[in-house]
Amino acid sequence: MTNDFFEYAGGVTLLTTESLGFLVRLRVRIAETVSQCALLGVQSLVIVLLTSLFTGMVISLESAQQAVAYGFSSFVGGAVAYAAVRELGPMLTAVVVAGRVGAAIAAEIGSMVVTEQVEALRSMGLEPARFLVVPRLVALLLMLPLLTIFADVVSIVGGMWIAREYAHIPYHEFIQSVRQAIDFSDVVKGLLKTFVFATIIAMVGAYQGLSTRGGAAGVGQSTTFSVVLAIILIFISNFVLSLLLFGGR
Amino acid sequence: MNSKNGRSLIARVDGVTLAFGDRIVLKNCSLDVVEGAITCIIGLSGAGKSTILRLLDGLLLPSEGHIYVLGSDLCHLSEEQVNVMRQKIGLSFQFAALLDSLSVGDNVALPLREHTKLSRTEIRQTVFEALDSVGLAHAYDDLPGELSGGMLKRAGFARAIVTRPALVLYDEPTTGLDPIVSKLITETILKLRAKLNGTAVVISHDLPSIFTMADYIAMLFEGAIIAYDTADRIRNSPNPIVQQFLQGSEAGPIQI
Repeated sequence: MTNDFFEYAGGVTLLTTESLGFLVRLRVRIAETVSQCALLGVQSLVIVLLTSLFTGMVISLESAQQAVAYGFSSFVGGAVAYAAVRELGPMLTAVVVAGRVGAAIAAEIGSMVVTEQVEALRSMGLEPARFLVVPRLVALLLMLPLLTIFADVVSIVGGMWIAREYAHIPYHEFIQSVRQAIDFSDVVKGLLKTFVFATIIAMVGAYQGLSTRGGAAGVGQSTTFSVVLAIILIFISNFVLSLLLFGGR
Repeated sequence: MNSKNGRSLIARVDGVTLAFGDRIVLKNCSLDVVEGAITCIIGLSGAGKSTILRLLDGLLLPSEGHIYVLGSDLCHLSEEQVNVMRQKIGLSFQFAALLDSLSVGDNVALPLREHTKLSRTEIRQTVFEALDSVGLAHAYDDLPGELSGGMLKRAGFARAIVTRPALVLYDEPTTGLDPIVSKLITETILKLRAKLNGTAVVISHDLPSIFTMADYIAMLFEGAIIAYDTADRIRNSPNPIVQQFLQGSEAGPIQI
């Protein structure tokens, strides 16, 4: 068990180092990366917007009525924005993308392994890390922050609408509360988290795909395991990053 | 690099041992690949024939022994050097292993796009010629999923030979095909050898195809090459294992 853990961690680390090496040397396949941006990023937009919208709405719903009852209605916008920008926006977006994209990466690369397509790449002198992993990593590094910005905005807007509908908090009061609660550094720190999450999703999915053995059943196992592991790592790293970036503030 | 009897060799498997976990696949296995010839490797299913091809392409490394290709020992090359070496070796996979997200033309063009500075027009022309040489010029824009088994194999050949490699490795090129397509594939391999003026190693169980194309035949049994000679001499080999295999007989030293 311990050996398996270190073997896995070492494998992911080596693949990440190799992929980042290609990235630093700008050995990136541009056309494939653009294609992956569309596949992994743009096509995740609707599901990210929906989850963010309803998350913002439910936070607002839970907090607004209580806040009005106790005379703290001017804090509702701040509460929604604070949760969305610093924690829920980056993390929920990452979890949704891990479920959709991490699974797709593991399944696609895993299928290529069991049908010898990855071995064919190597036989042509092409590095699977550069050919398959780097475009997906770069696409996620570009698209996850963008998706998170959309998620932040949508959850705040959703919260604002619910606050007015159910607690009669006017828009200007909600917006004023948002502006008082968060500043630009909160947004930047929230987005910084997404680069770590993007790396986790891409590398766990890719490593799991490249480690696939045993045909269709192996692809299924890789896909499931990559999603589970990526989500766990996102939660753990989110806690560590919050501690480091916000220092308990 | 020359063999013991002075023939010029393009590759040599030298005293190779390879195990997957506890299972020893090759044990002190040696094989000469004569330049300009077609060498066929025969043997039981699971004997390790495809493993030898992967060793010759540097996709696997032996736990003991050496793999010499074009004068270099693959065991002593870095991954980058092996990648450069692979550009001089073409490997055709048993199930073609074309990238299913790319068209047939793009699959064949891949090594040219990645390893050469040819213009788009030159690449397209070269790919068209490679596909034409295997009778698939019309399938340039088709996806691999739209091709039959025989067409897939030939598309795999085109990808393997498009860079005009010095050594082409064919993994079970006729397996699973009807006799007519199998004959077409055999003729295609012979035609490609003549076109490239190169060397080929073929793994196959298809004896009519083997005796049509082989200059040399090696028989792999229990992890080692137990017979290696010209096709005619192998056909008349006194070795009871070889004879049992060629005749497909159940009686003999090979116990299944």
